[in-house]
Amino acid sequence: MKYMNNYAVEFNNVSFRYHEDEPWILKDVSFKIEANKTTAIIGHNGSGKSTIAKLMNGLLLPEHGQIYIYGTRVEEESIWDIRREVGMVFQNPDNQFVGTTVKDDVAFGLENRGIPRLDMQKRIDETLKAVGMIDYLLHEPYRLSGGQKQRVAIASVMAITPSILILDEATSMLDPLGRKEILETVQHLRKKDNLSLIMISHEVNEMIKADYVIVMEDGKVSIEGTPKTIFSSEDRVKEVGLDIPLVTEFALSLKRHGMELESNPLTHEELLETLWTYHLKT
Amino acid sequence: MDISFENVDYIYQPNSPFQFQALKNLSFEIKSGEFVAIVGHTGSGKSTVIQHLNGLLRPTHGKTKIGDFTLTSDHKPKDMKSLREQVGIVFQYPEHQLFEETVEKDISFGPANFGVATEQIKERVKTSIEAVGISTDLLNRSPFELSGGQMRRVAIAGVLAVEPKVLVLDEPTAGLDPKGRKEIMNMFYRLHKEKGLTTILVTHHMEDALKFSDKVIVLEKGTKYLEGSVQEVFSNQARLNKVQLDIPEILTVVKEINNRFGLSIDYQGQSLDELAVQVSVGLKGLKKHE
Repeated sequence: MKYMNNYAVEFNNVSFRYHEDEPWILKDVSFKIEANKTTAIIGHNGSGKSTIAKLMNGLLLPEHGQIYIYGTRVEEESIWDIRREVGMVFQNPDNQFVGTTVKDDVAFGLENRGIPRLDMQKRIDETLKAVGMIDYLLHEPYRLSGGQKQRVAIASVMAITPSILILDEATSMLDPLGRKEILETVQHLRKKDNLSLIMISHEVNEMIKADYVIVMEDGKVSIEGTPKTIFSSEDRVKEVGLDIPLVTEFALSLKRHGMELESNPLTHEELLETLWTYHLKT
Repeated sequence: MDISFENVDYIYQPNSPFQFQALKNLSFEIKSGEFVAIVGHTGSGKSTVIQHLNGLLRPTHGKTKIGDFTLTSDHKPKDMKSLREQVGIVFQYPEHQLFEETVEKDISFGPANFGVATEQIKERVKTSIEAVGISTDLLNRSPFELSGGQMRRVAIAGVLAVEPKVLVLDEPTAGLDPKGRKEIMNMFYRLHKEKGLTTILVTHHMEDALKFSDKVIVLEKGTKYLEGSVQEVFSNQARLNKVQLDIPEILTVVKEINNRFGLSIDYQGQSLDELAVQVSVGLKGLKKHE
């Protein structure tokens, strides 16, 4: 597929509903996602986030509006090209397995794309190592625990090296370390392979690491911007039913108790720095 | 119901190439009425423990006691049905198990299966759907027309309608947004108190373990790694980190502030505002000494 512009994904006035007599899931949604960046799409359950993911690789097609992947419009004719570019990992790994062993499962996508055997073995090893599942090569996927299954599902998608990777709440079942490993892995790959990463999530700690955040509410874009801008409007974020980072909330509480802190920290380091600056100044 | 595991081993597919020992010499006790969190990372044996709690699995070696029921590899209680009636399990993503035409039929399925009289079932359906915060107007709807959050609540109502004495929750809030997560956890805690249940919460959310449980059991590779009160377990940050678990974020924040400024604030479940006052007072105190 030709890369015709710098936007990995573009939604132009997209509206979608499952049936004519049903309510709109997305109503006139427009946004642009820059290539090679991490973008978080957040919103409460039922806000239309997952529908966006399915529209991005043509699993669903919009009723109105246009969707472009690197400038190529997503439509019936382009679907197979699009799907080579847009890898997707869903929330429930049980619906994503085809192989009888972990190894076969990762191999499946590669075989479909006619990757030579030697390359296949190398990629299977690499991706399974990256998700910490190399010791399970010959295990049966259905016997793995939820988190392990999800790591294999991520490996299977990564193995075919898509240019856009969508994680649709894909880390929601992992334990804290598993989640951290996956996030580090996908960030590493994003930088190495120029991957555009789209994270659909309500994990606040995943959002603060994103370059850009799109907040969905009732099928519309509610706010968008960098994590700093988003979380500076505490009330707005809470209204949408989302958490703000613990340290941001704590800083706001400190301010309410008379401490004039300089900024809204998003990470522990930023909180400590802000407190330190305050301490030196007063 | 008192629950105990005594030196439990569990081996999946023994004597086959797939042989895998999921539990090793695991012993612990849970007292009737306790709220216990079981934490551990992926593959630590949590799911295998859950399946022992209602006799879906029996130990390969050792013994499990669930109330009056004793299970070993060669002893299966005659009345397994009664055991399963008393131990309700909310599995991960319970909404995937919905199958009936209407919400009412789905919730009725459990109690009907355990031979509860029709009139009583009606009563229980009503009580349990109210307990999960869903309007009785939805009783005649197909469960598949509901939102994900509503479907989960209906599935939970189905477990509650059996009126178990022990409630086992396997990551009950996975996939829910923060608001839904808080609502569901508060609901379980309320039921735990109101009905005097014994509740076992299997979770990765250290925050939930901190907030709700009387006791925490940490599993690692099928063995018991740590056990104790919330304070005891979470004071072992180094040991938890060693098995790739972390302490609740609020404890980390307090610790980092203490280290950076030489304060000694003790976290005892106070609110963020209360902590803010302590930090503010602490920093002012430092100034005076300089």
